[in-house]
Amino acid sequence: MAEQSMLQIFDTDGISNVEFVESNILDELAIRRIGDELESVIDRKGLPKIVLNFENVSALSSSALGMLITVNTKVSEKHGKLAMACIKGSIREVFRITKLDKAFKICDTVGEAIRAVK
Amino acid sequence: MSKDAEPQHTSEKHRLQGNRESMDFVQQTILDTMERLEYGERDLFAVRIAVEEAIANAVLHGHQGDQNRLFEISWSISSEVVTVTVCDEGRGYDAEAVPDPTADENLTLPSGRGLAMINAFMSDVKITDKGRRIEMTRAKEKLSEG
Repeated sequence: MAEQSMLQIFDTDGISNVEFVESNILDELAIRRIGDELESVIDRKGLPKIVLNFENVSALSSSALGMLITVNTKVSEKHGKLAMACIKGSIREVFRITKLDKAFKICDTVGEAIRAVK
Repeated sequence: MSKDAEPQHTSEKHRLQGNRESMDFVQQTILDTMERLEYGERDLFAVRIAVEEAIANAVLHGHQGDQNRLFEISWSISSEVVTVTVCDEGRGYDAEAVPDPTADENLTLPSGRGLAMINAFMSDVKITDKGRRIEMTRAKEKLSEG
């Protein structure tokens, strides 16, 4: 039986809107699978444009941040764009503490993130 | 048991394998106790992340990813303060030598943020025994009145 996807991906106008299925992105295996799924999205696109929607996410480890950095680097290598949206209070603090709010494009809403990657 | 009769201070100590089950058990037990002692959401989030990162460091770096090796964890939770200690049996490391992940030149490094997150979320962090032991404390956040 195929493994259940860790992500829900909706492609609209060349933009991949990605939602996380799990609210806790902590488990090493789950993080690897999320990374693999995102990399396959990048591989499929000539010019990847990705919006990561964090609406459902309530916990995030440093290992997950590492995966997001790797994904962001791969998008940049293909001259694509990646933006993050709906990062809530405590998760936002994780990005602020690690100063990754400077390394990623972070938007308040999905609409704003879509405009950022267009 | 009625809520009034429940203890206002608990402490536990365990030796566990470094797998997800252990991590979930530890986090759930600690968070349940904190909730009972009326810690707020920010405290729960902070301690959860710190415990996750400390155990991950013990398993990934201390035990080179070997989940069968045992780590030791103990905690003490009162109505005012939480202290969690994690010990591994690895070779240890020099915490001072870990590059600052928030420096501009290190922002794109994919690893090395666990300790920074622990330091940010906990009020006091002590690393001893050549990096094999980390003691982390967080005082309950005072909720603003009115």
